[in-house]
Amino acid sequence: MAISTTVISTNLTRRLALGTGLAAIAGVIASRAAWATPEQTKEWLAAAAKGTPKEGKVTLKAPEIAENGNAVPVTVSVESEMSDKSYVKAIYIAADGNPNPGVATYEFTPMSGKAEVQLRVRLAQTQKLVAVAEMNDGTLYTASREIKVTIGGCGG
Amino acid sequence: MADDIKPRIRVQSTAKKGEVVEVKTLITHPMENGQRKDAAGKVVPRMIVNALKVTYNDKPVMNVKLETAVAANPFMSFFVKVEETGTLKFTWTDDEKNSWTAESKIEVA
Repeated sequence: MAISTTVISTNLTRRLALGTGLAAIAGVIASRAAWATPEQTKEWLAAAAKGTPKEGKVTLKAPEIAENGNAVPVTVSVESEMSDKSYVKAIYIAADGNPNPGVATYEFTPMSGKAEVQLRVRLAQTQKLVAVAEMNDGTLYTASREIKVTIGGCGG
Repeated sequence: MADDIKPRIRVQSTAKKGEVVEVKTLITHPMENGQRKDAAGKVVPRMIVNALKVTYNDKPVMNVKLETAVAANPFMSFFVKVEETGTLKFTWTDDEKNSWTAESKIEVA
């Protein structure tokens, strides 16, 4: 805003000053738009796990309302016997309202015993968290959850 | 900064054969996400722990790829199936290729 004030003080027309102001506002909106969108999140997940995921098998546990977006506890578990024949190969976690869609990728082996992980996530705003699990036979399962964030965790 | 970084692990020291054991890990790391600005308004460059590798008796258990959306001092909990006495080994790596390792022994009774 400091820019438009200088424009006015140099006695340029009001219209020009207004134009600069509008451009500044547009700039702010444009920088906001640089955040990940649900489409980008889908793309990120699609690049990680090829195929169409089905609902089910995956459980995503997270608080409904997170007061502090800096560290939101999240638990992701996938139903699987975790044997050599049938196990969860990977879990991909993404968020659709952060500057970058990816959160974390877990790769498992049958030695993991149980496909359950817990971590703490940064969330910039109220958004949807998506988890996709890839089985060793290539099938994909997904679950998602909306988390309301009171104070964002991106230190703007 | 790098001197303050310390990994911590919590896991039981004995287990039954075939038991699935919970492992909790934490590494103190600021996880600078590359979005934050310092007091002078300059963007603080991204600097995060981007990987965690876990092995048991040198066999892979789990690999984690962390992105900027993981909270500072990344806490991770997961499970490992213990069939024999051995050593759990953890390796964290950050954007500057610094790495930290930690080990924990599990004895099968």
